[in-house]
Amino acid sequence: MADFETVVVDTDLLILGGGMAACGAAVEAAHWAKQNGLKVALVDKAAMDRSGAVAMGLSAINQYVGLRDGTNSVKDYVDYVRNDLMGVTREDLVANIARHVDSTVHLFEKWGLPIWKDAEGKFVHEGRWQLMINGESYKVVVSEAAKNSLLQDEVGQIFERVFIVGPLMDGDRCAGAVGFSLRENKIYIFKAKATLAAMGGAVHVFKPRSSGEGMGRAWYPPWNSGSSAYFTMKAGAEMTCQEVRFIPVRFKDAYGPVGAWFLLFKARATNAMDGNYMVERRAELDNWLPYGRVKPVPANLRNYLGMLDIMEGKGPLSMRTEEAIQKIADNFKDDPKAYKKKMKELESEAWEDFLDMTISQALLWAGTNTQPEEKSSEIAPAEPYFIGSHSGASGAWVSGPEDLQSGESKNEYFWGYANMSTVKGLFCAGDASGASSHKFSSGSHAEGRIAAKAAIKFILDNNSASNMEQEQIDAVIAEILKPLETYETHKDETTDPEVNPNYIRPRMFMFRLQKIMDEYAGGVSSQFMTNKPQLERALELLDFLKEDSKKLAAPNLHELMRCWENIHRMWQAEAHVRTVLFRDETRWPGYYFRADKPKLDEESWHVFANCRYDPATGDWQMRTRPIHRIFA
Amino acid sequence: MPSYVNPDKCDGCKALDKTACQYICPNDLMVLDKNTMKAYNQDVSMCWECYNCVKICPNQAIEVRGYADFVPLGASATPMRSTDSIMWTVTFRNGTIKRFKFPIRTTVEGSAVPDGGFKSSADGLDSPALFTEPESLGLPEVFTLGSKEALHG
Repeated sequence: MADFETVVVDTDLLILGGGMAACGAAVEAAHWAKQNGLKVALVDKAAMDRSGAVAMGLSAINQYVGLRDGTNSVKDYVDYVRNDLMGVTREDLVANIARHVDSTVHLFEKWGLPIWKDAEGKFVHEGRWQLMINGESYKVVVSEAAKNSLLQDEVGQIFERVFIVGPLMDGDRCAGAVGFSLRENKIYIFKAKATLAAMGGAVHVFKPRSSGEGMGRAWYPPWNSGSSAYFTMKAGAEMTCQEVRFIPVRFKDAYGPVGAWFLLFKARATNAMDGNYMVERRAELDNWLPYGRVKPVPANLRNYLGMLDIMEGKGPLSMRTEEAIQKIADNFKDDPKAYKKKMKELESEAWEDFLDMTISQALLWAGTNTQPEEKSSEIAPAEPYFIGSHSGASGAWVSGPEDLQSGESKNEYFWGYANMSTVKGLFCAGDASGASSHKFSSGSHAEGRIAAKAAIKFILDNNSASNMEQEQIDAVIAEILKPLETYETHKDETTDPEVNPNYIRPRMFMFRLQKIMDEYAGGVSSQFMTNKPQLERALELLDFLKEDSKKLAAPNLHELMRCWENIHRMWQAEAHVRTVLFRDETRWPGYYFRADKPKLDEESWHVFANCRYDPATGDWQMRTRPIHRIFA
Repeated sequence: MPSYVNPDKCDGCKALDKTACQYICPNDLMVLDKNTMKAYNQDVSMCWECYNCVKICPNQAIEVRGYADFVPLGASATPMRSTDSIMWTVTFRNGTIKRFKFPIRTTVEGSAVPDGGFKSSADGLDSPALFTEPESLGLPEVFTLGSKEALHG
């Protein structure tokens, strides 16, 4: 096996990831680090200009509270999020993001993001909380500010194409991270006084609907492989809402966004019989009270009503684009010139929505000769994703801010530093932190800022160098590189490097994980249903997979990353299965359905379901945590 | 084969310090074959069709052929990205062509100032105010419990 050089980087604050949360962390950290003579390092597995979930662009900003206009309050946003998540949310965390997110959006505008404005110069809203943008270069602009802030006055260093495998620990304190370069034979040891995990959510834990080339067209990007979850779990952090996966209902196959169609264009979704499940199945909502009657109807319940149609054979579901566009244009029907102009404008808006963020959907329209003003398009529930920033909630259990607590909540939700996990010195933001849904791109950036500021304070309060034994470091390096060694040792034993009794390549390993999750943990092919015996079977099969993870093999650095990405996914999978098993009810029927416990049990389960992997013993502990309201 | 490279146009970015597509691909898929000095997508079923390789290629050598397992052949979407806007040419399977132009940024490339010109917070690390607040909020102060805004909006 080739020799690897070990590069040791000493810093104060280590930011892991390069997406929206990490860019927010960088901008905020640079300011306070400079003021206090501290250093910052940021590590991205890709190139910051186009990394993370916003790499392609976005056509809307989904969280803008609009506090300066006085139309919405922080409490309004908290109410919206709590209701959408069927009562399970950390109000302190959601409120903290909501009070800062506008500030971040105003910065985006200054940095150069084009936000749509009306004739009076006010932001154009897609919905109550959403702003329309020309977002092709959203990530380029946001990362530019992050890079400029880190590189000023040598406050920070940026490492691109370095894949972070896992944490380094100094007793019970996180002391940094270890990873490797994707471009040269180098292992990186980052030693830090505080570490901020912002490495995104997880895709491809469940089998995707498409199994050929289209497998890559996940709704959330395929490079989000559960690295945040793995990192925090391996450090011994308590995790929350690991059962709260997200199932987006999107344009079928290419997963184009539906927000503009539902909110801006006010389109209906109908079934094969032209029925509207949101109307025809309204009575079903009463089975999920009190959340069934809140407005807007929670995302998972909207999903569920559509799923019921599909299960009854009333599919496909269609987004009635032609009807919606016609309805808007009809306002101009007495003026042919204005009508033509409006139609042109609507057509352009419809296409930009896809070209800014899901170009594949534009290609699918073009490939099927679909013009949205003439013909409706199919929508369908996608495979499950782990994304704490959207309408899912999975992530680490983190401290809230001190000043947004009730007397009761403070004991439970505050332990010194906002967004610090239960592991000392390990902070989380974006998809890495849980129970603070609906932060999206803008809120993730704001949360990165909150976490970075708190982390700088932690460093000043705990300004001691980490102390790691060389033995720990050597063992971790050997473990990281093992797939290369396994491949080298066994590759000549067969004539086909794909098939070898002594190793498994990462691709087949991923397929095995996806098959387990799909069939036993409520994936697409089991119509998102599962039950206790199925979940127990999943755990049994995951145990074999865990054993076989020691036999992963990689011929090069790219596949070495794939090996570790899939180990990360496997850990996300296990935390999910254990928590779905632990929560003895069905609370989000449009995300997953526990067929053996088909009802919401508000009395026993209006609580957080948390889990923790104990690095010392290898055991998992499950526990509930109470839900406290701060605005009650 | 989601993104693919036209061998007649790809010159391996010989004149540049790095291979552009390899540099930008968020999923580490674009690779330069050192023998042919041509780039290729090493794992098409992990391609998100984000078009970042297409947009960055200095020779317009990269295109996307829609996922063959669900997109009928014959369509294309071709971007031309400049410093302030992007032009798209969308060609349908039946030959229909549509062109769109959208702005991409309002400032000069590279010019993003971290604080956006907002005044730095006068408060220290113990305050909830982030470094550009309260000015960047457009409010006199950062919301906290007990603020008038808390209950009345």
